[in-house]
Amino acid sequence: MLDYLWLIPALPFAGFIILAVIGARIPRPVAAAIGAGSVGISALVALGIAAAFITAPPHGHVYTQLLWGWISVSGFKPDIALTIDALSLVMVLVIAGVGFMIHLYSTESMAGEKEGYSRFFAYMNLFVGSMLTLVLADNLLLLYFGWEGVGLCSYLLIGFWYKDPANGRAAMKAFIVTRVGDTAMAVGLFIIYHNLGTLQIHEVLVRAAQQWPAGSTLAIAAAALLLGGAVGKSAQLPLQTWLPDAMAGPTPVSALIHAATMVTAGVYLIARTHVLFTLAPQVQLAVAVIGAATLLLAGISALTQWDIKRALAYSTMSQIGYMFLALGVGAWSAAIFHFMVHAFFKALLFLSAGVVIDALHHERDMFKMGGLRLQLPLAFWCFLIGSASLSALPLITAGFYSKDLILWETWTSASGGPWLWAAGLAGALLTSIYAFRMVFLTFYGKPHSEAPRQIANHSGLRIRIPLITLAVLSLIGGFVQLPETLGNLPLFSEFITTALPATVAMSSTSSEGTMQSLSGSVSLFGVFIAYIFFLYNPLYARNFVEKPFGYALHCFLYGGWNFDRLYDALFVRPLVLAARANKRDVIDLLYRLIALLHIVSNHLLSAAQSGLVRRYAFGIAIGAVIIIGMVVLR
Amino acid sequence: MTSVPAEYGLILAALLFAIGLAGVLARRNIIFILLSIEIMLNAAGLAFISAGSKWGQADGQVMFIFILVMAAAEVSVGLAIVLQLFHRIRTVNSDEANTMRG
Repeated sequence: MLDYLWLIPALPFAGFIILAVIGARIPRPVAAAIGAGSVGISALVALGIAAAFITAPPHGHVYTQLLWGWISVSGFKPDIALTIDALSLVMVLVIAGVGFMIHLYSTESMAGEKEGYSRFFAYMNLFVGSMLTLVLADNLLLLYFGWEGVGLCSYLLIGFWYKDPANGRAAMKAFIVTRVGDTAMAVGLFIIYHNLGTLQIHEVLVRAAQQWPAGSTLAIAAAALLLGGAVGKSAQLPLQTWLPDAMAGPTPVSALIHAATMVTAGVYLIARTHVLFTLAPQVQLAVAVIGAATLLLAGISALTQWDIKRALAYSTMSQIGYMFLALGVGAWSAAIFHFMVHAFFKALLFLSAGVVIDALHHERDMFKMGGLRLQLPLAFWCFLIGSASLSALPLITAGFYSKDLILWETWTSASGGPWLWAAGLAGALLTSIYAFRMVFLTFYGKPHSEAPRQIANHSGLRIRIPLITLAVLSLIGGFVQLPETLGNLPLFSEFITTALPATVAMSSTSSEGTMQSLSGSVSLFGVFIAYIFFLYNPLYARNFVEKPFGYALHCFLYGGWNFDRLYDALFVRPLVLAARANKRDVIDLLYRLIALLHIVSNHLLSAAQSGLVRRYAFGIAIGAVIIIGMVVLR
Repeated sequence: MTSVPAEYGLILAALLFAIGLAGVLARRNIIFILLSIEIMLNAAGLAFISAGSKWGQADGQVMFIFILVMAAAEVSVGLAIVLQLFHRIRTVNSDEANTMRG
């Protein structure tokens, strides 16, 4: 069964090629079948491989499939080879599985599009294929290939409705901002290859551990540059500004970017090259600090958004911040566990938000919604389950188990500590406030607009199945990793430990049970605060915002801490000014001179073409005389 | 029988060639240009014959036959072109046929 590994990325790529070549000429149901089917079969293959991998683990819990040699230049020999281990397996299952759910949902939700139906699925398939290549890659160059493919697809899909220039700008922003990180990552790969002589991931990790002492400059440089790439892709500080604007794309695209692909690539990269980060403790601490800072910043910004999708975007940034925090304190399996659970509930939230948005005819302002729980019961329940999981309501939701694991391991880990833990706990409070703010604003209260609107509620089976599946997974997905106090069944981390080291814990005075009740009550308290401010008496919040200070603060937070303005002033404007000043490029002068020379000689030569036969004859005669003269007089 | 020295023939050929060339360069009428080209060809032929008779070789005369044939072909093609040109621009002035100037 493991031999079929190559099918997992190949199927979506095949779907992409078919749809790209003949997509415009085939009927829509066929395009949908190819688009969703290719990812679906890929997910089935992934399930089969998972079953084979778990029942009969290959030697060393790693299976590598060499497909063919890619390049071979004087010792530089990256192959097209796929590797699967516990980490990749979890990633693949989530990407293909959740990706299939989103594809299935899209076949129905995108049916209203007048054009671009098959183009949409072509891009989506390429997206999933690239992401699968990324996580299955055996060497860093192939990983980088998938990495760039993901970036390209995010550009194509965010700008899917390309007729609106704003969408094109958002797409370019996503592409350019992540490019900053990608460049750092490319330089990191150069350093790794130059010093270790290989890009094969396993070799890199082995050689790095042998050749680089802990804390050496090279290890720090390599880890920091890889972190730069991860930060760009995963929308963490300071390269987080593209993610809220990425909401310009269709809702399934947002779901795919946020849940299954793209933003989790950074988490995967850090987990995959964990040895480098262990060798550079400073950088690993930076990972944790970046994660903690991002989760707080994004959590606070999410409180001020009126656009339901932008609020979800900030929530993704915040949740990826948790994963970075976990990676930073060495809680590798907790990070991957949270990635998996997050994929379930974030896809669920986006897809149910998509149902709401479609039902209200592309209305995304939460303040214009309200009271929708009776009109859209399915979307309501799904969104509620997603929000409960997001805010980690104790015991019943998957989010509780993953977030609690991160908080607990941050507290106990040798490289963690009370400060990071406090940031995480504050983030948990913020999370449940903004999650239930969305729920209360959208689904509770009175309908905010005066005229009762026509609610188009016609969710078919292809929307219901993904929603219900993801809702179930958001609830029970956490039971694969039960903490010591609640059943002690750490299946997930035991499985991941075959690929990633276990967390280094130090002895702790406080018990896990106390911590769990603390974080559980914090999230319940958040729900209570959201209830007070956004449902019981919305005037509290409104009065605060109407005061000058409150208004300024609101604007500041709404703009995502004004990072956009800062970057605009720091980078964009100076660059534009410099470009303007150098409009007549200095270096171009040299080339313009060459062009001028050619223009002058062209004028001279074209003057010689007088069209007068006698003058040509004269020229020939003069030439003949000169040649004969030279021959005779020599 | 006293033969004419070869130099005389060659000098005559050179003169004829110069006259023909002057005609090609100075004349505007295409018919006259063609005539001048004929003079130049015959000058070349005369030069071959003179050289051939000096060395007692038949090659010079053979070359003259070639030149004759070539001249006949050239004139037929040339006159056809002149006719076509006249149809188009209603003149045989070569300076008027300058639509190909750069």
